[in-house]
Amino acid sequence: MLKARIIPCLDVKDGRVVKGVNFVDLKDAGDPVEQATIYDREEADELCFLDITASHENRETIYDVVAGTAERCFMPLTVGGGVRTTDDIRRLLLAGADKVSINTAAIERPEFVSEAAMRFGTQCIVVALDAKRVSSGRYEIFTHGGRKETGIDAIEWAKRMAASGAGEILLTSMDRDGTRKGFEIALTRQVADAVPIPIIASGGVGNLDHFVEGVREGHAWGLLAASIFHFGEHAIHEAKAHLAAAGIPVRQTHSQI
Amino acid sequence: MSVAIIDYGSGNLRSAAKALEAAAREEALDLSIEVTAKAEVVKRATHVVLPGVGAFADCRAGLAKLSGMEEALQEIAVTKPRPFLGICVGMQLMADKSHEHGTHPGFGWIEGEVVPVAPREKALKVPHMGWNELAFEAPDHPLFKGIPAGAHAYFVHSFALAPAHGNELLATVDYGGPVTAAVGRDNLAGTQFHPEKSQRVGLRLLANFLRWRP
Repeated sequence: MLKARIIPCLDVKDGRVVKGVNFVDLKDAGDPVEQATIYDREEADELCFLDITASHENRETIYDVVAGTAERCFMPLTVGGGVRTTDDIRRLLLAGADKVSINTAAIERPEFVSEAAMRFGTQCIVVALDAKRVSSGRYEIFTHGGRKETGIDAIEWAKRMAASGAGEILLTSMDRDGTRKGFEIALTRQVADAVPIPIIASGGVGNLDHFVEGVREGHAWGLLAASIFHFGEHAIHEAKAHLAAAGIPVRQTHSQI
Repeated sequence: MSVAIIDYGSGNLRSAAKALEAAAREEALDLSIEVTAKAEVVKRATHVVLPGVGAFADCRAGLAKLSGMEEALQEIAVTKPRPFLGICVGMQLMADKSHEHGTHPGFGWIEGEVVPVAPREKALKVPHMGWNELAFEAPDHPLFKGIPAGAHAYFVHSFALAPAHGNELLATVDYGGPVTAAVGRDNLAGTQFHPEKSQRVGLRLLANFLRWRP
């Protein structure tokens, strides 16, 4: 039986982790590779890097981060942020990323997603959707960290991206991101039920019950979270144990090998 | 010992190479690992790994572009057999043919066809993406040594190889019905899952592959 996936996400800027794990045994709390290694050791199901580097000249740093991670961590790795061309994707995959997430570039040029899926395979193309509830009660796609509206209906967009060859949707609620109030369940469920591809729910996890809600009510089997893990409040295995206790299948290994 | 990882423009070569290195290190095995597009390196290798991500036909076309590679593969698989491991699409290429985006011929080493993953439950998504439990059809296969039934491996695929002969099916996984997780015969083995992304379980399997003397 397929298992729900717990996916910690690290924001990386200029090759350094922003708001990373603050464990005492860390040599360098800003080193993304060291942070990734911790999550690998804790048996996170996947890892996500979001590159938030603003300046063009520092964009090269992410490739080193990915290469360093791939050398030490033998777990699936998704990298997003600033992915605009098939060359960006190729370089990330060659560095050791397994999946690449496309956000703004898909909105600016939707054919980019089908081109990327044709060239690299749907399994490595994740489309990231940043959605916000608008006054009509619908959800729409926003860009630029939720500041810029596009007027695109989130559910329709998810369907279109799935049809274009996305292998997975990374769905972030801009209303919930950073609030610790839990996933935006109505949004998550509507998208999950509308598309045939897997969904990763993101934005708002503040306690372990939120993971359970994401699967049970949101119908998402990928569960992304950042601060709940980074600040050391909960370890990955606690999140899994909590899901398991709620009857949701998870990979609980803690070294069967 | 020398391991050749075939580079034909497919994605996760670095991960495969690093995982094999890590597995060899843990087992204290002395070996060289070469990521290569050269047929003569493959012919010289003691172990050959064929990774593969993307579409079946693209992978086959990528291999066909490498001078002498398909002949080299035929040699190490059949005429001068050595341990061979196909991963994901690299495993699917071992079949007679695939029905992904049209019908395309494979190497024909494992009789059978590559067909869409079609879970009975409509709620199950395709691609089959994530960690799933291995059920061994051939629990005593050397590749699975030390890996308990129910161990988790990482999958990401929309097509799967349906082998014609039950004795060439080494492991399955349940996704709305049984889906092929590993196939093999003689010196040939293939995994639909990604050992290089399957943490402890994957490294164990790769170490077993390196120690394999079929």
